[in-house]
Amino acid sequence: MTVATALPHVPVLRRGEPYISLDKGALLDHRGGEPVAEMSLANAGLIRRDIRRIGEAFDVLQSVSSSRMLEICRGAGDLFMNASLPFGDGETQSPADYVQNLSSTTGLPHALVRRNMAKVYEVFTRMETILRGLTRGLDLTALDGGLGEQESALVSFYAAARCMGVVLPSNSPGVNSIWMPAVALRIPVVLKPGREEPWTPYRIIQAFIAAGCPPEAFSFYPTDHEGANVILDQCDRGIIFGDEKTVSRYANNPAVQVHGPGWSKILIGADKADHWPDLIDVIVRSVSDNGGRSCVNASTVLTHAHGPEIAEAIAERLAKIVPCEVDDPDALLCGFANPRFAEYFDSAIEEGLKTPGAEDVTARFRTGPRRIERGSSVYMAPTVVYCESFDHPLANREFLFPYVSVVEVPQDRMLEVMGPSLVVTAITADPVFMKQVLRCRSIERLNLGALPTSRVQWDQPHEGNLFEFLYKRRAIQAA
Amino acid sequence: MSVVVESALTEANEKRNQHLREIIDWHFSPETGCPYWLEWARRAGWDPREEIKTYDDIVRFPHFDDETLRNEPHEVWIPREYQGKPYKIFETGGTTGLPKQRISWTDHEYDYTEFAETLDPEHFPRGGNWLMMGPTGPRRLRLTIEHLANVLGGSCYHLDLDPRWVKKVIAQGRPAEARAYMEHVVDQAVPILKHRNVSCLFTTPKLLEALGDKINVPNAGVRGVFLGGTSMTNQVVRFLVEEVLENRARLVPTYGNTLMGLACSKPLSAEEGYALTYYAPQPRAVLRVVDPDDTARTVEYGEWGRVELTTMTREFFMPRFLERDEAVRREPWGRFAWDGVGEVRPFRAEQNKVVEGVY
Repeated sequence: MTVATALPHVPVLRRGEPYISLDKGALLDHRGGEPVAEMSLANAGLIRRDIRRIGEAFDVLQSVSSSRMLEICRGAGDLFMNASLPFGDGETQSPADYVQNLSSTTGLPHALVRRNMAKVYEVFTRMETILRGLTRGLDLTALDGGLGEQESALVSFYAAARCMGVVLPSNSPGVNSIWMPAVALRIPVVLKPGREEPWTPYRIIQAFIAAGCPPEAFSFYPTDHEGANVILDQCDRGIIFGDEKTVSRYANNPAVQVHGPGWSKILIGADKADHWPDLIDVIVRSVSDNGGRSCVNASTVLTHAHGPEIAEAIAERLAKIVPCEVDDPDALLCGFANPRFAEYFDSAIEEGLKTPGAEDVTARFRTGPRRIERGSSVYMAPTVVYCESFDHPLANREFLFPYVSVVEVPQDRMLEVMGPSLVVTAITADPVFMKQVLRCRSIERLNLGALPTSRVQWDQPHEGNLFEFLYKRRAIQAA
Repeated sequence: MSVVVESALTEANEKRNQHLREIIDWHFSPETGCPYWLEWARRAGWDPREEIKTYDDIVRFPHFDDETLRNEPHEVWIPREYQGKPYKIFETGGTTGLPKQRISWTDHEYDYTEFAETLDPEHFPRGGNWLMMGPTGPRRLRLTIEHLANVLGGSCYHLDLDPRWVKKVIAQGRPAEARAYMEHVVDQAVPILKHRNVSCLFTTPKLLEALGDKINVPNAGVRGVFLGGTSMTNQVVRFLVEEVLENRARLVPTYGNTLMGLACSKPLSAEEGYALTYYAPQPRAVLRVVDPDDTARTVEYGEWGRVELTTMTREFFMPRFLERDEAVRREPWGRFAWDGVGEVRPFRAEQNKVVEGVY
């Protein structure tokens, strides 16, 4: 596609230096596909060559003290939220431009973009708390010189990686919170943005640099599949977001952390099932926060009893969430940047409903179809499916919109059937069941009590500990 | 931009038409022709010698079916005058089964002798040695690069490279093995470049990149790189010129295969965004960019279309073979008073791009 040169341009960053590629991709508005910006695309060979020299960036970043890095993070948070930051070829991007840009290519309503901005701001400004959580309270000066003390014992840590590569998705700007602490830990990052969402990582980088972080810390490569593979193969450590296939591809590679499907769940124990009307708010928030696009959104409710009633109550609430104008402050649903995804999700649900034992309960409350065309945008209406058994094909699915199944499972079988789950909110006061939940090996992040699955506490890292991924502790003795 | 004057265009056109008539006469006359084309004309029921007068008439022929190069015995392709003379057999493609084969007596040498004259002596010094870091075995390139080196007064070093093995492991989803094989190839090249006096290199874009990861190519003494094998984007060309070769060694990309010979590229320039345009070795081979839905129609300048190749030598006649590539039709340029093909890439590459991942 040929793109007019007047469009904003997202360049490649080579250890902080902007580079305009001859290969460019268009960033399209999710409403109708008009180009809104163009993006330089890095060829795989260029990325490989740059990563070979990443040691220079590592040395620069390691020469900055941890305390200075925390100061930079605090400053960067304010700049990210409020400042006009460098963008493209000598231009700037205001916070309002950012909201507009991001919304246009991803379909995220402005209200959700702002909520995600606040999340990024929190990561910047609460970096000290986050690092405390990751390092379990280590005095960060121990990282500066490689030697320190913890609980009166001599400790020594060294960086196990000269850089960390991240292949980012486009589904939610909040995912960038995953790599930001690496910079605070003084490890350079090599980022491949999602096809529709270069905006957030680029703005975070510019905020870091404007606050005083060495630009060498940031390599930013919009690229193709081959380039993404180079990033994961060549960086000492890598993170990728993907489906089950991606998860299994890297299963035996400890240098690559895979963030697969979340399959987050709410478990309602036998002791709390009768109080189900009190839990509807928590369930609705867990399913619909952030437009239902995150891996921490609940996609299954397992309840000991009252399944049909719970499904009906949340369906009635979720059916009220309808597409709005992108700048409507109450907008919760996201348009699809690629309408084919909506078609795929809709047909996957229809196909699943052909297997007996499931009902789309939201259909009772919806006035139109599940897949909604509004103007030139395509949306998926929130969907609640009641399944008679956890074996039903729709019982443990996850889609990129507010989707949840409700299944009745006896409490004593829940943990046995539920499978891997990124977040579990366990609603029970039964000490025996709680103990079983705490022992369960397939839960990454556990909320005890009626907390939404989408609630994130910054000193509680989930999906692998970034500090342990990037640094190693060695045994040490000194004479 | 080097504009081609009208008289040069007319002259090139005349030369092409005259050459076409000669080749048609040669292949379709019982005294000189080969069994394949004589039999073809008998079945077709028309005599190309009577009806093909200019290149515009070439569309009277259907598209050449390259499966015949696999299925027919070599004997049917031997023009009468060449009968009894031993020939070379060159293969194209082929990972399984019998590959397609073209026979050749002197065509391959002629193509590269002609090409040698186009190489700038400053970067491809006469008497300089070459390293052939490309496919070996039954490939035409194995012999022709050595011939090119000899024509220019130098010798040629070789290494072992079986591209079919690489294709096979990639098709089987074993990219790590493909990478290991590439390492193996580059590991053979590095000691030669370090310990022997080599100033010219033949290789492919991927191998040049991989070599550049191991050593500084211009520092190793390489002054000119003749590049072939696969299509490249302008960005990859720029990367190779500016970063791998550091604007010190000259990059000469070519477009060609066993069936055509060599199409030279217009010199690369940063000002023109490293755009690649190739010109066929007319009149021995002609490239036409055609409308894929109506292949008799040549597309307009600047439009995309499928590449159609016609090869016309006394040893081999192949009218209207549809390549597996598409390209932009480009204007004549400089000494090339005929159409060029630009931005060559696999046919329908854009439409076939798959959505990567769900998010």
